[in-house]
Amino acid sequence: MSIFKKKTSTLESAEIDAAENAIANREVQGLTQRQIVIRRFLNHRAAVTSLIILTTLVLFVFTGSGFHVGPWQVPGWWKHDIDTLSDLNVCSEGRLGCPTLSVVPKWLGGDGIALGDHPLGQDDIGHDYLAMVLRGAQRSLMVTFIIGTVAGIIGTVVGAIAGFFAGRIDNVLMRFVDFLITIPSIIIGSVIGYHFGNLGALFLAFYLGLFAWTGLSRLVRGEFLSLREREFVDAARVAGASNNRIIFKHILPNAVGVIVVSVTLLMSGAILLETALSYLGFGVIPPDVSLGLLISTYQDSFTTRPYLFWWPGITIITIALSINFIGDGLRDAFDPRQRRKVTLKERRIRLFNRLMRKSENV
Amino acid sequence: MLAFIGRRIGTLFVILFGSSFILYNLTAISGDPREQYKFATDEKSQSALRALVRQLDLETPPPLRYFKWLEGVSGVFYGKLNFGVTRDNEDVISRLSAAIPTTLKLVTAATLTAIFLGIALGIVTALRQYSRFDYVVTFFSFLMFSLPIFWVAVLLKQFLAIEFNDFLEVGYIDVGWRVVLGVLAAVFWAGVIGGSKTRVAKVAISAFVLTFGILTAIVVLKWFYDPGLGPIIVFLLSVGIAFAVTAISMGLDNRPALKSSLSIALITLILYYPLQYVFDKYSSWLLILALAVLTISTATLISVLFAKIDRGAVIRTSVITSIGCGLVVILDRLLNTWSEYLTIDGVNGRPIPTIGQVNPLLTTDDFWIVQLDTVVHLILPTVALTLISFAGYIRFSRGTMLEVLNQDYIRTARAKGLSERVVVVRHAFRNTMIPITTIIVVDISGVIGGAIITERVFGWSGMGTLFNKAISGYDLNLLMGVFAVTATLAVLANLVADLLYAALDPRIRVGNRL
Repeated sequence: MSIFKKKTSTLESAEIDAAENAIANREVQGLTQRQIVIRRFLNHRAAVTSLIILTTLVLFVFTGSGFHVGPWQVPGWWKHDIDTLSDLNVCSEGRLGCPTLSVVPKWLGGDGIALGDHPLGQDDIGHDYLAMVLRGAQRSLMVTFIIGTVAGIIGTVVGAIAGFFAGRIDNVLMRFVDFLITIPSIIIGSVIGYHFGNLGALFLAFYLGLFAWTGLSRLVRGEFLSLREREFVDAARVAGASNNRIIFKHILPNAVGVIVVSVTLLMSGAILLETALSYLGFGVIPPDVSLGLLISTYQDSFTTRPYLFWWPGITIITIALSINFIGDGLRDAFDPRQRRKVTLKERRIRLFNRLMRKSENV
Repeated sequence: MLAFIGRRIGTLFVILFGSSFILYNLTAISGDPREQYKFATDEKSQSALRALVRQLDLETPPPLRYFKWLEGVSGVFYGKLNFGVTRDNEDVISRLSAAIPTTLKLVTAATLTAIFLGIALGIVTALRQYSRFDYVVTFFSFLMFSLPIFWVAVLLKQFLAIEFNDFLEVGYIDVGWRVVLGVLAAVFWAGVIGGSKTRVAKVAISAFVLTFGILTAIVVLKWFYDPGLGPIIVFLLSVGIAFAVTAISMGLDNRPALKSSLSIALITLILYYPLQYVFDKYSSWLLILALAVLTISTATLISVLFAKIDRGAVIRTSVITSIGCGLVVILDRLLNTWSEYLTIDGVNGRPIPTIGQVNPLLTTDDFWIVQLDTVVHLILPTVALTLISFAGYIRFSRGTMLEVLNQDYIRTARAKGLSERVVVVRHAFRNTMIPITTIIVVDISGVIGGAIITERVFGWSGMGTLFNKAISGYDLNLLMGVFAVTATLAVLANLVADLLYAALDPRIRVGNRL
């Protein structure tokens, strides 16, 4: 089988490893841990692209539809909002409410680049669809963020306490986690969503966050369990450091990679959970909108008005995909064991070295 | 060991007790099944309300009612399991026992495909780390992670079912599409096989020619209307399977293994026509089962005849080959039913349904038609579930494989001069499978309750439908019935996973872990 064909001999790859390590060591000389992590993250092209896309999307969505700060309403730049009805625009073949966005320039035979009054079209009764998608995306992002924060905090605290104090406390906390893990998240979500959904999307997210931390807490516990046995913790304890100091100054900074990565992955799961619940009717309920709700409302209009189906779907995928890629980039950045991707420059250096070796042999 | 298992089972009961208590009370306080009668004053509603209260014992406060429920459930120890009744006064157990087989039917094929494809792709991408193929697969696995299943379902209904049915009415693939598909196949296989530039070029060209050729043949011969493989193609596929399985598991140098696999392929050819006769005469699940047993025992016998040394491995190779050949024969038989299936009521030339679990107009009880009907109804949900779930396996097996490949024992194996195949299959793959096995066990337990959305999108009525019904009707007993099944499976799977881990990995001793 050619899959098994070796590209390089073992000896050669060992030398390459050594050379790579040397390059890697030279690159991180004199840098703090944080600088190394940031630099590694910036080298991960997909993650950086995703971060840019996600930031743009968040800004676009929040400035577009406006948002509440306490009792004040900050208006968005988009002229329609989800409550106002406007007349259905009539377009070709007598169809109503079709999108006015056109991206094909005139010289290619299109209608020219224009937004129009309703770029993404309108729903059945005349709501502007762009306003709905903006609000839906805003809801989904907030839900994701709240679940991530609540679950992140609880998971980290529980995991840290269980891992650090071990013994009986650990046993009790982890059995409690076992309780929660036996209940599938969609069951918890549905029960909560069905009965608390009418309190609004943000409360729903808060309650979901109260149950979503179990996986994270297990990971954090494992990390704490192994870190507390390390020499630097012993050294700190011998020097008379308190538990608080050891936890916050010595262990937590070392565990932050695991925490950050799992929280991002948790958030990408959370956005799908929210859409799934809204789809089942247990999540965000009308007149509020979320992306999942939009898709489930318009799934049957795929053949007649596909734009009602595509836009919310593409938005969900963009959000979830970029969060996943950011998580992947963070994992690579925090995990020193992960072999780095070899850049073009290093490949050139390697090629050069190999050529030099060959000429020496000759 | 026994003490460990005993202790774990004890904990397991405590966990189940605790989580069911929490869920029971959480659900009970959050909604009231009497809600629909809240404003009704007429005598009829009042009597219905009284009946409901009596039937579900709503006068008792939930924490106490939980213990009554528990008493019924504890009947499992002396053979009188009782989950109570639903609000429609049906026995929960009968509802569950009707729903579980449906769900199993829905998820089995998808789970198996996802595991198989996911692990295979994960391993290949790990071996080709940082290649273009790796990047593409990584991107797609992240994309699959990010897709809501109901969104995929709508797309599949449109592009896989409706458009395919439309295509069948026309029955022609454009030359342009054939070229596109050929190029896609070329890129895929070139990425998987890899190697030097000439090798990549060769692989790409042959993949293109093969795909284009097959598609053209399909179009010219109108194969879609009366498909089937026929003895020649069945034989060629069997030989291919024999070579592939032997190459991966034993290496082509191992003559006994190759000979025994190839003779199985030959036997498949010889038995082709007799099998068709048997299939037409006496088809039933019993026959399929008997044939499966026969196939495996024949394969064992043949390999024992051929192999003098290393018998176990040769037997394994032959058995896998024979299972592959058997599946090809069954596929061929199913395809032969296709043209007849196209014409029956409710199909009318549009065979791929977008919804439902069985064709309601199906009147015949011909074994193969019924099976084909199930298969076509399974296509969409299976593809959707597979797409969603195999991404996880790709990521996980890729990560594990990479970690294993960096271990010292792999270096040692290479230093000993073992061939790359032996290093990858015997040393790396086996160690990769240890954590993957435990993940698989937990996942399989999860799919029973986890296909809630898929069931709704594709109109199947299994556990997910029951669960939906239970939630929206405040049907506590039904909800707890669903929960009891899924939660018990989940905790059992965790226990099995721990034990398996210890059994597979000698470095881990179960006793020390608790």
